[in-house]
This record gives sequence, structure tokens and C-alpha cells, in this order.
Amino acid sequence: MTVSDLKQTHSDSPKPKINWARIEEADNFAKTVKLYRQGKYDEDSFRRFRLQHGAYGTRMTGDYAMVRIKLPAGEIYPHQFEKISQLSERYSIGSAHFSTRENIQLHWVILEDVSEIFRELAEVGLTSREACGNSVRNVMCSPMSGVCPSEEFDSTPYALATAKFFLRNPMAQNLPRKFKFTFTCCEKHGMVRMVDVGLIPQIKEIDGNRQRGFKIFLGGGLGNRSFVGHQLEDFTPEEDLLYTSIAVMRIFDRLGDRKNLARNRMRYLVNDMGWEKFQNLVLKERAVVRATQSVITQLDIDHTPDEIKRPIRVSDESGSGTPDGYARWEKTNTEKQKQSDYRTVYITLEAGDITSNQLHALADIIRDFSSEGKARAGFVQNVALRYVHEDDLPRLYSKLLQVGLAKSGALTMTAPIGCSGTTSCNLALTNSHRLAKEIQRKFLELKLDEDDDLRDSSIKISGCPNSCGQHGIATIGFFGGGARVGKDMYANYQMLLGGRSDGDTMLGQICHRIPAKRVIPVILKIIELFKENKKPDDTLKSWIHRIATNSEDSEIKSLNDIKKAIDPLTIPPTKDEDPDFYLDYGSDTSYHTKTGKGECAA
Amino acid sequence: MCCLTLSGNVTTDVDSLRSEIRDKSVRVIDVRREDDYKKDHISGAVNLPLANLLSDDSPERVVKLVNSMGIDDETRVVVYDDTFGALASRVAWTLEYLGHSDVTLLETTYSHWKSLGLESDSQKPEVQNKEHSVNLRPDILATSDYLESAKQRDDVILIDNRERLNFLEQHIPGAISLPYRTLASDDKILRPKEDMKRLLDNRGVTGDSEIITYCGSVGTLSGLAYYALKTAGLPNAKLYVRSFKEWKNLQKPTAKQEDANYWDLSAE
Repeated sequence: MTVSDLKQTHSDSPKPKINWARIEEADNFAKTVKLYRQGKYDEDSFRRFRLQHGAYGTRMTGDYAMVRIKLPAGEIYPHQFEKISQLSERYSIGSAHFSTRENIQLHWVILEDVSEIFRELAEVGLTSREACGNSVRNVMCSPMSGVCPSEEFDSTPYALATAKFFLRNPMAQNLPRKFKFTFTCCEKHGMVRMVDVGLIPQIKEIDGNRQRGFKIFLGGGLGNRSFVGHQLEDFTPEEDLLYTSIAVMRIFDRLGDRKNLARNRMRYLVNDMGWEKFQNLVLKERAVVRATQSVITQLDIDHTPDEIKRPIRVSDESGSGTPDGYARWEKTNTEKQKQSDYRTVYITLEAGDITSNQLHALADIIRDFSSEGKARAGFVQNVALRYVHEDDLPRLYSKLLQVGLAKSGALTMTAPIGCSGTTSCNLALTNSHRLAKEIQRKFLELKLDEDDDLRDSSIKISGCPNSCGQHGIATIGFFGGGARVGKDMYANYQMLLGGRSDGDTMLGQICHRIPAKRVIPVILKIIELFKENKKPDDTLKSWIHRIATNSEDSEIKSLNDIKKAIDPLTIPPTKDEDPDFYLDYGSDTSYHTKTGKGECAA
Repeated sequence: MCCLTLSGNVTTDVDSLRSEIRDKSVRVIDVRREDDYKKDHISGAVNLPLANLLSDDSPERVVKLVNSMGIDDETRVVVYDDTFGALASRVAWTLEYLGHSDVTLLETTYSHWKSLGLESDSQKPEVQNKEHSVNLRPDILATSDYLESAKQRDDVILIDNRERLNFLEQHIPGAISLPYRTLASDDKILRPKEDMKRLLDNRGVTGDSEIITYCGSVGTLSGLAYYALKTAGLPNAKLYVRSFKEWKNLQKPTAKQEDANYWDLSAE
């Protein structure tokens, strides 16, 4: 245990360009909680208010909340890490959680303490405002934007400007349902076809001029029913970015289903209406928006380039040699940047969880190793440190090792996603969170991260059908439920295969039901089948893709063939034979499903 | 009932302590381990490792320890540690319980004192034995029996100062969770008064309620909370000094947060 004193201000560290916070929201929240507790605020209005401010409900209790701190475009600065470290030990459980949408979540916070968190977040310019509720959720950006070798330009300034435009904007306070933007760098890093608005930067030659713009995808999303987004048009020039966003939101606001909670995301509207009709509406609405803005409305895009300055070495602890495991880590956790000599380093966390001590340590590690002096939240519950000079990698590895953040396999299948599941979520049926941790521990022990054939595959797990764990876009995805043998229940997962979120985005297809305690053996069995049947250049991902699209010709041709092969593993033993089978991960009492009212997590 | 020092302060700031040390008008107690004390300590401080005190904290023994540190009823005492004030609080509370009225906590930790480059050395001061009286203060002590009956009253608030996960897993029924980490500010062992008041006010810890604090085993974290309450101007506080360890050993009822696997969210 160490007291996480805030470091003296480092005058040369870069400071955030945008202050997202408003301190008065802390007082207002504290006051409203009091009124609510005194019965002067009804339950529904209070829930709306609470969610609008980024405080989500907690499993089976009204006393606790989860505070979701937004990191617009994923950016986070060292002093913000230090503050979140403090917040996690003061008001939460001594750990914080990186989500799949570039938020940091503090769980099991007492509702009456939430305003104290807002107050302290304001000190470092962060907010949780509109991180939940029917609003524009955190605007995401690829952790590689600005450094990705295959991007056409850096979309980060556009993501930040979009976040700034819609935060607290009256037009985004009462949408039919939540609304999500994701900017990416390139097709490979993807993630733009399963969100309300997804954007890929693109440059087009028009009359000899290189014009910046985007490929915009609309109406995708993961959930109880998932849909892949549609491309609006060939090319959307940058000056139309805001008009298009406003047009889409206006249509959703007007026509979205406000009654049926279960199907009111924009993707249902697009699906019910049909893409072509929706597309037409958007294009028409955009013309109206463009023509009727009484004052010129535009995004405030800050193109000031970040200063890239390699941190000065205070001391050089040379002579210790390269620590064990370095080569493996370097191979599975770093990506080359378009800037020569620099790498982006991924820190993989177990299902996104990080201790307050690690958060605190990361602040100094960023100052000492990132030439841009800040970090990014990644797409998969992880953290990216960019602009690390290649010569500094071994020293960085040693530092990360000291604080338990040097787990290998960040860019491989051994880093699964697990939503929060029964650790805190009202809707969860299974402990998907712990299952993700168990898979990671087991697969790293088996050194599966070193297997190039498995590298581009992914495992993603949700604790219920609602897809916060993004199971629909995993090579091997799972969502939780309960099953029974006679009177005895056990945790069970529906397994989907073949999902992906790149240029060939498709949703995984249901293959089989797998008991929780058999998930690991089943994945290992699938890997075994792959090894037996693969073609020389195959990866697990390409092999499963062929099977899922019925274009495989070897012995295992279809999902049904896989199902048959793993079937013996899925048969429940009797309770006497294997009592552990009937316990979910992390639990020593009999499994039963129990859920509360959902507020739709992500 | 007076349980505040003459100055009304719960903590002593760094500058005041330095001038009091120069004037020799204060007895400073370092409650760290003997080895750490021997290396260096605030100049002029005497050593009373918490473990030494806890080995027998009966009033008969405590008064002997106090006498041997050269403390009588009039001596101004400042206590410090390197453990965010929790160990120092337990010692300060013990002196208060004995009937000593002028005891405060150094506002910061020894590490911070050192990082500021302030006076420290490894000299052990010469100390003259003194005679302290014994006027026990049962009004600041909660026993398990007392707690069990007090809990039934509406005007009693019970505060658990352990970490949140421990609280969720098991606590005394009716307690509210206020982890000890919440009490500090950046480089001070306790928040500024207005900050502390707002925090407690939000939690409904206000007014004339009697407030009982407890923690895991020996009343250190909850000792700090006892002083935090005073900072906020809530003097009607008691320390359940034997805390949750005794409560469990006595097999008294406990409560837990059911149906959630919160431990699996921890990255520890």
C-alpha cells in the first residue's frame, strides 16, 4: 500500500487541449441525490438525471453506482491517470476498469460519493457527462489514429471536435436512445461498421486538389440484435462531416422508437425502414441542415500538431541486460508506427481491470517513455502508449514488469474481452468478466500468444445477450445464460463463430451452447481441429471465416461439423460426478440466474 | 465535554511543529517501528512503535509509557507516522482515552516531512520521567456490548473505514462504508475542514448524531476517521477500538452485499 500522492506538476508535460468538465455539475448532482433520497424526486426522473451525468446503476442495489469517465478520442494524460488512481482508492474498489468504448469505469461507488468524483475529475478536465443515458456517448477514435501506417490522415482532431460539439448540446439531450460515434484510422483496425456512425478518413483527388473526407457508415451496432452498418456515400468531404452527423441525429430524434425500449437504437430504425429509404432521408436532411443553419455551424477542429519530444533520460540503468520474456512481449504487444523508429506499445489488462497503484505508475511511465506525453485507451479494454522510441523498448518492458503491466499477448487472441457481467451489472446472467480472465491466464500459460496462426483471432464474452462484451464481432464469441439439469442450474454460454469488425465485417454465427466450465476446453478443441485441417497460409480467423461462409472444403466444412466435434465436451456431468461444473466462475454457491432492471450498459 | 485541544485543532501544521520543537514546548511521538526510528526521525521525537503499545494497552501500562516519554497532563503532544496518519491516530486516541487533553496529529506523513527537507536526525532525546494522571474517557470508547445496544438507536451512525471490497463482503449490519483513503487530501492525512464537512454531509453524517467508527482489527483506520469527524466539527464520536475482528470472534451478526461477484473486478 502506498499513498498515491499527486506528483508535483511536471511543467513540461503536455496538457489537454480541451477541458471537458463543469464543476457546477458536481454541486448539482449532490443536491439532486439529496432531494431524491428525501423522496422529492421521483425514481424515473432521477434515473434519467443520473444516467445523463454518467452514473450507471449497480447489480441488485440502489446504494451504489458505476461512474463512467469518458476519454474522448481515447486520450488520457499522466496527471489524469494519477487522479483516477486516487479516485479508485477513495471511492471505488481500489481498481478501475477500461471499457471497450474508451471509458474508464469506477464500480461500486456509493451514490452519495458520485458528486465528489465529479469535483475531483473537474480538477483534471475530465467528465462522465453523457457517458450513459440517451445521449451521444463517448466519441471514440482508433488508438492508432495519427500513427497507423495505412491511414490516409489522422482523424483524432475530428473525433475531439465532434465530442466537443455534441457534449451538453441541447439537440443531444433527449434522443430516443444512446448514440455512438467511432472514428478509426483504416479498414484493418476497423470497428466502424458496428456503431451508429462510423468514420474512416479518406483523401480524394478532386480537380487536382487533395480533399480530406470520410467514408461514413450508418446504422450498425451490437446488441440483443446486431446489425452491420451501411456506407452512406462514396466520399463525404470534411466540411459535410458535421452536417451529416446533425442530419442523422435529427432523423433518429424524429423517427426513432421512443416506446419500445428493446428496439430503439437507430439500427432498428434503419432496418425497419430499409437502407435506401434511410439513406435518402439522410441526404435530404443534410441538404436542409446545410441550407438552414442561421449562423455558420462548424466543428472546432484543432489542427495544431502535437509536440513529439523524446523524454530525456534522467538515469540510465544499463548493464542489466534484456529481461526474460522481452522478445515475446515485443512481438505480441507492439506495433510499428508510420513514424520510423517509433512503436505503439499495448498494455493488456485482465478484462480491462487495473489497480490504483498501476494507474499511478503508468503516469510516470508515460512521462518517461512516450514522446507525445499522453496515452490512448484502446478498442479492447487496453491502453496504448504511442511514440515509444525503439531503443527504449527494453527499458519500458522492465518498468512495466515491475508494476505487473507487462503481460504479453496484447495483440493476440490471448487477450479476451469480458464485460463486467455479474461483478456489477444488473442484467448479467454469468460471470463473463472472470471467464475472460481465466481464459487469458490459461492461454498465456500455454503460450498461445506466440502462435502466429492465432494472432489475428479474437475472443469476446458477454454475460447476457446484450453484447457489451461485443461477442458478435469475435472470431469466437460467447454470451451468457443459464441452463439446467433437473433442478440444478449451471452457467452456460451461447458460442458464435466467425465474427469480425474489419473491412469484411460480419456477425458471428451461432454454433453451440457451451457450459461455462467447458469454454476453455472447447476453444482448445477448436484450435486442435484448426491445426489438423488448416491450409499452409491459414490463420484460425481465415479458417473459421471460410467455414462460417460455407466455402471450406476440408473435413470440417460447416459450423455443424464443429458442433459435432465439440459435442462430447458440452454434456453436463451429474452433480455428484463434478460439483464444480454447477458453480459459475468466482462463485462458491449454486448457480442461479438473477437479474435486475437494465439501464443498458456498454 | 472537551475532547479538542485548547487550540481546537485536530492536526498540527508543519510550520507550527517546527517552531514548537525549537521552543521545546512539545513532545513529539514517532509511532513507526524502532528500526525506522533509529535510522532517522523528526528531531527530538521519542519512539513509541504502535505494536509496542498494542501489546498491552491497559491504562495501567499506558500511563507508564506516557510517563516514560516525559508527558504529564500539561504536555503538548504531537504524533506522527508514515502510514497516512492511521497509526498515529490510534496512539493519539489512546492518550485521549487516558485523559490527556492536548494531543494532535502531524498534518502530514514522515515521508512528506523528509521530502520537504525538514529537520530530522537519528539522535535519541534525553527524557525526564513525568507523572501523568489517569482520568479515563469512556465517552470516546465503544465496546462491542455498547455498540450492539447503541446500534438500535436512530441517532447513532456506524462507520466502517475498511476498503470497499471488504465492506461489501462483510460488515456490521447498518454500518456505512467510508474507506480510510477517502479521508486524506493530496499531501495531508486529513482533508481540509470544508471538504471533510461536505463529504460527510453528502453521506448524511451530520449534526448531533453519535458516530461510532470501526475498521479491521485494532482501531487504526477508524482512529483516523475518529479524528476526521472532529476536523469536520463532529465531536460526538466514539472509536470501536477492537473493531471487526472482535465482532466476528464474538460471532455477532454480520451483513454482506449478495448476488454479485465484485471481487472479480479487482486487478489485485
